[in-house]
Amino acid sequence: MIPAEYYLVLAALMFFIGVFGFFTRRNLLAVLISTELILNAIDINFAVFNAYYYPEHLEGFFFTMFAIGIAAAETAVAIAIILNVYRNMGTIRLKNLKKLKF
Amino acid sequence: MNYIQFLEMRPEISLLAIFVIIFTYDLIARGKWRHYFHPITCLLLMLHTGICMSESYREIDIFSGMYYTNSMIGILKTILTGGTVLLVLQANKWLRSANTTHKQGEFYTLLLSTLLGMYIMISARHFLLFFIGMELASLPLACLVAFDKYRHHSAEAGVKYILSSMFTSAVMLYGISFLYGTTGTLYFQEMTSGIDGSPLQIFALTLFFAGMGFKISLVPFHMWTADTYQGAPTVVSSYLSVISKGAAAFTLMTILIKVFAPMIEYWQIILYALTVLSITIANLFAIRQTDLKRFMAFSSISQAGYIMLAVIGGAKDGMSALVFYVLVYIFANLAVFGIIETIEHQTRSNVSRDDCNALYKTNPRLTLLMTLALFSLAGIPPFAGFFSKFFVFMSAFKAGFWILVFIALINTVISLYYYLLIVKAMYITPNETPIPTFNSSKYSRISCVICLAGIVLLGICSFVFEEIDRISFGM
Repeated sequence: MIPAEYYLVLAALMFFIGVFGFFTRRNLLAVLISTELILNAIDINFAVFNAYYYPEHLEGFFFTMFAIGIAAAETAVAIAIILNVYRNMGTIRLKNLKKLKF
Repeated sequence: MNYIQFLEMRPEISLLAIFVIIFTYDLIARGKWRHYFHPITCLLLMLHTGICMSESYREIDIFSGMYYTNSMIGILKTILTGGTVLLVLQANKWLRSANTTHKQGEFYTLLLSTLLGMYIMISARHFLLFFIGMELASLPLACLVAFDKYRHHSAEAGVKYILSSMFTSAVMLYGISFLYGTTGTLYFQEMTSGIDGSPLQIFALTLFFAGMGFKISLVPFHMWTADTYQGAPTVVSSYLSVISKGAAAFTLMTILIKVFAPMIEYWQIILYALTVLSITIANLFAIRQTDLKRFMAFSSISQAGYIMLAVIGGAKDGMSALVFYVLVYIFANLAVFGIIETIEHQTRSNVSRDDCNALYKTNPRLTLLMTLALFSLAGIPPFAGFFSKFFVFMSAFKAGFWILVFIALINTVISLYYYLLIVKAMYITPNETPIPTFNSSKYSRISCVICLAGIVLLGICSFVFEEIDRISFGM
């Protein structure tokens, strides 16, 4: 059996790749994909903790299922708003979002 | 599984029923019935406030401890619902304008689902329920921020809000996953015994603060606030600034005292830093704002810092100070945003401070209400804002944070300066072409009168605070 640490390291890597992508990407869709990566890292974390350390209850798996559902809802709303930005400005480059500024 | 337990959640059921009624009405109402949509919604919401209030004095613990409510939580739900009623009253003119009138129903349903999310969030005693409530409270809000579909600003504000909201809630979930990994449960009550301050849990606590700090807009996590408030429709900005913030602050306090109680010295350090940063930086940035909505955004960040003063002690009097502060803050802030909304409707553009010049000459009553609300926000004695600030300071002082209270006091003076800048613009600064005299709709007049009564009376009628103090609970 694969040790739990492998999965946890994978999840941590995905988390930090997602954080890095969130700050460095220049396209709204790419930023959205980065947050999805973070959410998937969380799902792995919960599932692994449940399966390896606390197999008597199913709390972690349930959390994973709900997190997947809510992540889908978040993505739907975010894409709808990004579409709205595209209709208003004709582009989804982040550098064009500069009407509201200090 | 005992399904009869669902019937115990009466405020939620009543809200859900109103949600369904409004949704169906939106589908079938045509012609002149569309005209009665707004009054009917207001009436239903007022009825619901009454139900909330009558149901608040019950202690309920259902779903094996997942959902919990007592009189304090019931009162907070009533306060949030009352604030929403005031908000819907103010929204009347905006909802009837040409671009939004066909979307009225969507506005109500989205608003009510965020309210339902907040109910669940403050009643949750399990991290899964808490997470679902939090997302239910923030996702429809993103739709509301981007509600003005054809305005560029609204779309930009919406995308900034939804992306940062997703990011911070994901970061917070990562923290919760480590809490689950170290304790093996998601129930608040069972989790406390497993919390011992190990490095992994400190990491989890920090990530958790990132998520909640975003919701309350404390300083390192505040970057979205000013942009979103400025771009969103004014009604939605005021909803974000009072109601969603009040619910999130209460939830933060419950989780800190229920779950993280053994790590009190760690989270007090974090809260200390966040409070000082929020109050000071927000005050300094507020001085240089000219756009009124942007200005109110920074003001609300610093007010959030003051609310955190009540949380830091984690004691019983802190909780009562917090709820009273939220109550007073709802009245004062809704008054200011309501006036901005009416002026905006008149000038058809964003309101800047220069627009208010010599407003006193043309609209004296509106100016007077605005002045009283700003005084209350700044904390000048006879008004309710002074007492709420006083209780908050008292609770932090009792917990031994007197340097923090001192810093907050200095900042109160700074905040008085920038609130008075607006008062000065309205009364003293000369202006050749002030905004002409106008009449606001009777709905917004009703809400203005209620706000005025709240600002003036809440400080004088001491039984309100005594009642809140009697039912509050601490660590």
